Amino acid sequence: MELYNYTITEIQDKLKSNEISVTDVTKSVLKRIEKSDSKVKAYIEVTGEKALQAAKEIDDEIHSEKKLSPLAGIPMAIKDNMCIDGIKTTCGSKILENFVSPYNATVIEKLNAQKAILLGKLNMDEFAMGSSTENSAFFKTCNPWDLKKVPGGSSGGSAASVASDEAFFALGSDTGGSIRQPASFCGVVGLKPTYGRVSRYGLVAYASSLDQIGPITKSVEDAAIVLETIAGQDPFDSTSANIPVDNYRKNLKEGIKGLKVGIPKEYFPDELNPQVKDVVMKAAADLESMGALVEECSLPHTEHALTAYYIIAPAEASSNLARFDGVRYGYRTPVADDLLTMYRKTRQEGFGTEVKRRIIMGTYVLSSGYYDAYYLRALKVRTLVKNDLNKAFQKYDCLLTPTSPTVAFNLGEKINDPLSMYLADLFTIPANMAGIPAISVPCGFSNGLPVGLQLMGKPFDESTILKAAYAYEQNNSWYKSKPSIED
Amino acid sequence: MYETVIGLEVHVELKTKSKIFCGCSTEFGAKANTQVCPVCLGMPGVLPVLNKKVVEYAVLAGVSLNCKIAGYSKLDRKNYFYPDLPKAYQISQYDLPLCQDGYLEIETENTVKRIGITRIHIEEDASKLTHEGDTISQSETTLVDFNRGGVPLIEIVSEPDLRSPEEAVEYLANLKAILQYIDISDCKMEEGSLRCDGNISIRLRGSEDYGTRSEIKNINSFKTLQKALEYEIERQKNLLNAGERIIQETRTWDDGRGITLPLRSKEEAHDYRYFPEPDLVSIKVDNKWLDRIKLSLPELPEAKRARFIETFGLPVYDAEVLTKDKGLAQYFEEGLKTYNNPKKLSNWIMADFLRLLNVEQMPVSKSLVKPEQMAELLNMIEKGIISGKIAKDVFENMFKTGKDPYEIVKEQGLGQISDENKLKEIIDKVIVNNPKSVEDYFAGKEKALGYMVGQIMKETKGQANPQLVNTILKSSLKIN
Repeated sequence: MELYNYTITEIQDKLKSNEISVTDVTKSVLKRIEKSDSKVKAYIEVTGEKALQAAKEIDDEIHSEKKLSPLAGIPMAIKDNMCIDGIKTTCGSKILENFVSPYNATVIEKLNAQKAILLGKLNMDEFAMGSSTENSAFFKTCNPWDLKKVPGGSSGGSAASVASDEAFFALGSDTGGSIRQPASFCGVVGLKPTYGRVSRYGLVAYASSLDQIGPITKSVEDAAIVLETIAGQDPFDSTSANIPVDNYRKNLKEGIKGLKVGIPKEYFPDELNPQVKDVVMKAAADLESMGALVEECSLPHTEHALTAYYIIAPAEASSNLARFDGVRYGYRTPVADDLLTMYRKTRQEGFGTEVKRRIIMGTYVLSSGYYDAYYLRALKVRTLVKNDLNKAFQKYDCLLTPTSPTVAFNLGEKINDPLSMYLADLFTIPANMAGIPAISVPCGFSNGLPVGLQLMGKPFDESTILKAAYAYEQNNSWYKSKPSIED
Repeated sequence: MYETVIGLEVHVELKTKSKIFCGCSTEFGAKANTQVCPVCLGMPGVLPVLNKKVVEYAVLAGVSLNCKIAGYSKLDRKNYFYPDLPKAYQISQYDLPLCQDGYLEIETENTVKRIGITRIHIEEDASKLTHEGDTISQSETTLVDFNRGGVPLIEIVSEPDLRSPEEAVEYLANLKAILQYIDISDCKMEEGSLRCDGNISIRLRGSEDYGTRSEIKNINSFKTLQKALEYEIERQKNLLNAGERIIQETRTWDDGRGITLPLRSKEEAHDYRYFPEPDLVSIKVDNKWLDRIKLSLPELPEAKRARFIETFGLPVYDAEVLTKDKGLAQYFEEGLKTYNNPKKLSNWIMADFLRLLNVEQMPVSKSLVKPEQMAELLNMIEKGIISGKIAKDVFENMFKTGKDPYEIVKEQGLGQISDENKLKEIIDKVIVNNPKSVEDYFAGKEKALGYMVGQIMKETKGQANPQLVNTILKSSLKIN
């Protein structure tokens, strides 16, 4: 076992017992990045020197201090749509290729306060729009389990880096499944918190009413630790909730006896890969064997969630991305005779195809004469989806589904078929639409590729889905499997 | 034959300490781009946070203008591209504004008229552009100063109830007075904290339908408001009389040429794609908060005017002049505390004080003369210590130096001469030196008396008590 193979909890123990130093850990994972990232390509930028510097400073401190904050000295990597002061934040886009942020996102401030070590920024679908990370303007990230497959998206770099031990944890963002789906494709844990649980200040906005930042980790306990750090109300984010942060790590070991688990039948349609279905049902049975009460249920409006999402998200995105106009920062087209031409050429040259596609869609559905028919209607469908879930949660403590209809597909397979790409988000979108927390945890393999189990919970009840995921994880040994990163 | 229909849209910058969605200062006149932060610069990843004071000030405005205050309202995004708009959307209010259905009263020739106020809503101000040429399309470079971006605004929209440029000016003046009274804005048109756009159309008298209107922008003073509206009325009349149609368009007032010019037509109008701002929660004004705000409402101009007329017995004209500006009204009431003659104080303020303030373009607050000092001066006139004429000179000195009147009078020896013996001496001298005048006086020429009074004043450097001079002169002449 190399140091970089361990989980956060394992490294915490070793640091506490002075078995290793933070510099040891950091050196180990930087070496790992050097070796395997030429194949995985998860990182846009590696901040190795700064990381070693920070590691040294913490080592000096550790010897004098007795109490360590939970994430002190733990090397992490951040999806490149979260602002870090003094470092480039590109969002996987040419239009921000050289943009250096002048401030820290709130989650970064919190992680810095705990003295976690920054390893670098991770590749993603441009502006978080995509399900395969193939929409990055710079390069494609590969799935560590099979380098010819996609890692999922939009937080593909985050999932791939954790899966290949190139980071102990990563932060991703999830608007329609962008944490959970790549986590399931890469065989790691990915958590989307309740909307409002984690501050969005410093997260470059895609769809404001759907975005959330969340952890991608090697284990459920690691996810609980990171969530405890990044969660909490933020005066800089009016949509962050004034609800106390649970002791998620402590609550993990409660056990799931009597836990009421619903399995919505709409999440097992014909499109679902039969092997995936099989693996997921086995996981359900496993929970049952541990004392959970598992039962089929129904969320009738599930099929409409996807279409409503692809109206609401592009609409908000068309507005959020309008600030990229070449005036104050970012890319500006070199030659333009007048203002309008400057705007047009800057955005034409700076944005990729999928981003332009969604901006056009979003502008259309908000435009005069169409607002009622599309945007307003989609908001109403959203309410119906939310009501379905509220009703289910009156009876069940959590809901169990596959994270994705398929396992990882081939690079290049769906890139020319946007609609088929959109279907990858079928099972993850409803949680964003309703604002509820959801976690993906590895539950087996199909054709050698990881399958993810999704658990959805009540608003601000991350504790329940974490403890259910933990119980399942500890009763199995999927988390022990590592990819070999062969060509 | 034609009737004019005018509605005004007034934007008011609120004088909160910080901007509407971030903590940056709203101070006017700072060096360019020194009052900015990632939020008001629209950097990637930032979020707005609503300044509570902005809501309070807006509700205060609504209450003072007799509006209904919405218990529930929200903010919306107004999307368009322009370099003075960092996020490429303005956060404003679309369909659920904070205040609706109010009114403001103005005085027309013989009656009091109610001008409806459709709505008041909050929004953020755009930044300031400085073009090298006249417009952005005529410039090689344009500079952007983001200090103003994010300064809180309220937009006050009137019903099209105004019927003349004079009414429009009166409406704006009354609106400005009220907003200054409740102290939510400096309302300085020259600094841009009060801006006005006019919507104007004409129709045949007696018609119920509205004519096609044009929107006039770039009105930066009360004078240009009057001129621009007058010009528009003529322009529209001429078009209609020539059998042509009025185009619905936005026009800009060209002060240099005294005309309006088209800015953009309806066809080029933006589709703002309004939708509710997802980064902000809704605004709930409950009755408790509303009551607290209502309690904080100060006495408004109308009520003050009425009180000045009733309690102090001032004529309507005086009351109007004194209450037009809150600072002036306060000054007056302060002065009354130590000088108990409202009419005389009012006269002095309206004649001497306002004249000097106007010449120096000085607001009341900057005056070096404090109300107590003015009261002291007027008391000195009452007591006969100085004459009214000398007092005017003393006051000019006070205005320049801020010194106490007693000090000035002592320094310059300006005290009124009321010593009868001393006066008799001087008067007798003048009588002896002016035999011709004395003769004329007895011949019935009253002017001669005035001439001799003038000589006496000259001898005493104007300090002789005029009433005493008159009495003693007449009696001395009789004796002679």
